[in-house]
Amino acid sequence: MSFNSVLPMSKRDLLALIGRSAGASAMYFAMSGLGQAHASPFAGVPKLDGDTKGASVLILGAGLAGLVAALELRRAGYKVQVLEYNDRVGGRSWTLRGGDTYTELGGATQNCEFAPGNYINPGPWRIPHNHYAIMHYCQELGVPLEPFMQLNYNAYVHSTKAFGGVPQRYRHIQADFLGHVSELMVKAVNKNALSDAVTKEDGEILLAALKNLGALDKDYRYVAGPASSERRGWAKGPGGGLSAEPVASDPLTLETVLQSGLWRNISASLSSTHHTAIFQPVGGMDMIPRAFEKHVGDAIRLNSKVTAITQDERGVIAAYVDTKTGEKLTAKADWCICTIPLSILSQIEMNVSPEMTAAIGAVPYEASLKVGLEFKRRFWEQDEQIYGGISSTDLPIGQISYPSTGYGGKGKAALLGAYAFGAAAYEYTSLPPAERIARTVEWGAKIHPQYKAEFLNGISVGWHRVPWTQGCFGTWSPEARAEHYKNLCQIDGRIMLAGEHASYIPAWQEGGITSALDAIGRLHQRVMAG
Amino acid sequence: MKRTTFVMAMAASLVSASIAASALAQSAAEPAGVGQTGIVGMGDADGAFITPGKFSEPTGEKMYKRVCAGCHMPDAKGAKGAGMYPALARAENLASGDYTLYVVLKGKHGMPAVGRMMTDQQVADVVNYVRMNFGNKYKDRVTAAQVKDVR
Repeated sequence: MSFNSVLPMSKRDLLALIGRSAGASAMYFAMSGLGQAHASPFAGVPKLDGDTKGASVLILGAGLAGLVAALELRRAGYKVQVLEYNDRVGGRSWTLRGGDTYTELGGATQNCEFAPGNYINPGPWRIPHNHYAIMHYCQELGVPLEPFMQLNYNAYVHSTKAFGGVPQRYRHIQADFLGHVSELMVKAVNKNALSDAVTKEDGEILLAALKNLGALDKDYRYVAGPASSERRGWAKGPGGGLSAEPVASDPLTLETVLQSGLWRNISASLSSTHHTAIFQPVGGMDMIPRAFEKHVGDAIRLNSKVTAITQDERGVIAAYVDTKTGEKLTAKADWCICTIPLSILSQIEMNVSPEMTAAIGAVPYEASLKVGLEFKRRFWEQDEQIYGGISSTDLPIGQISYPSTGYGGKGKAALLGAYAFGAAAYEYTSLPPAERIARTVEWGAKIHPQYKAEFLNGISVGWHRVPWTQGCFGTWSPEARAEHYKNLCQIDGRIMLAGEHASYIPAWQEGGITSALDAIGRLHQRVMAG
Repeated sequence: MKRTTFVMAMAASLVSASIAASALAQSAAEPAGVGQTGIVGMGDADGAFITPGKFSEPTGEKMYKRVCAGCHMPDAKGAKGAGMYPALARAENLASGDYTLYVVLKGKHGMPAVGRMMTDQQVADVVNYVRMNFGNKYKDRVTAAQVKDVR
């Protein structure tokens, strides 16, 4: 093969590469055909029929898991009381807007200076269409949704190690990678190199499919011309009138695309939790908890820090402190659904079984950080024709996500300037907030030089510094899940746990909601059984 | 306006820092090889922000300041909210070097196993640093070989 001279790559390596990259979509399509792609198991709210005989439930935490439990248990006739640490409902379902303040562990306080209408969601920010439970509640509670622009072909993919650090358009890398790989596959079919895997008849079909997939020309080549330019964009686009004739663009070479490493950046939106259609609540993620609050707000006590949870054969007592007055109080109920994150719950005295105690202590919480930046104008739209979507980069900021709303606006606008994980998230979090923001501007300017002239203000949330979660979400290792997950989710006397940590959908709101629905269904069965 | 001025000053200082750091990235103890996923290719002179999948801080002090301080705070006094981060300053728990090493390597409760993103030597260095600073005076040292055994 022609590139053997520049890349020491065997046919097997090449096929492995295709399997990892181009084949990711093919593999996904095959999997979803077999029904194996992940979709939420939500099949409706469990029926909680029967006389609850005045049974009471104490719910700890007013995040989405606690709010769902409160709403549904109250509908079923239970007496419900909710204790919440923060001075607002929602937990990680949270939005920061102008006028909001946020004080992190260590005492640093940030004031959000965004203009009216601008916001960031420091926690969850997307609602996949196949997260059926949260879609159900948005529809039932009348929370307006709008499309979240996950995949934007005109956004950038960026590597500090490729193209001299100059960002590339997603469409160029994606079209050129698929085009070249398709052309190579055609060559392999024509040399009968795949005869052990593909029949002669299917080989003919494969050629047609590859021509289609890769935008190949009539001779099955990926070259400059109408087919490739329709994918990657023209050098001069077609228009009307005398000067209308389009000029084809030149694809990057296979070698350039492979060695850039940017093929890594074109598969994120293939995962089923990032498929179109994907949504966000109009105005911010906290529109969802606010909608629940209208129904169950009168049952929620804010500013309540739980310090101990004690059960006996008659019921459950939670000791808590009013964080505003310092007053020590208790709340009692027949049953308790505790949604406190395990990072916090592992520090709270609670008389459950040794197995549940071990499970609560077995789940580390992930580092992650987001930075929101506000700019004087939408230069990404006005100068670069990027309307929503995400640019991805190997810089510590990880990505830049442009607002999926307010397109074409003339005024100030806010974007997500960093969404960091891994080592960089720890290092980012350890910086003072002002320095995090300064770094975010500095790094982002490598993709958008306009940053420095247009920047107004920013706000950052390093999740390990969040006082009520001490981390972003529970990270289950396969070993920990095998040993502890069932023990975590069992009813222990009169106590049950719920939240994203008690789910197989970590970090997503769908995990918290489906765990709450599962918990209340089992709790109700127990109550009905007497 | 004040903040904008601050950012400009930061920006200026970072330009020189990132030039120094890209040199350091190539000479670090375990530089990421060409072709490895997601090389940052820049970073700070003290080892922060060099590779996304591991820590490149070369000394215990730098590791503490750039990584551990995120939770345990720069003064190692911990913090309190709905729960708390334990103080590492004047901490009796640190009397055992083996225990300290174990927690860094394996994590504890909500604390991730941060030592997985460090070399054996880095784990030993940061354990030794914390046990001899912030009011702690535990003079016995843990070694990279001990870390290797526990890992």
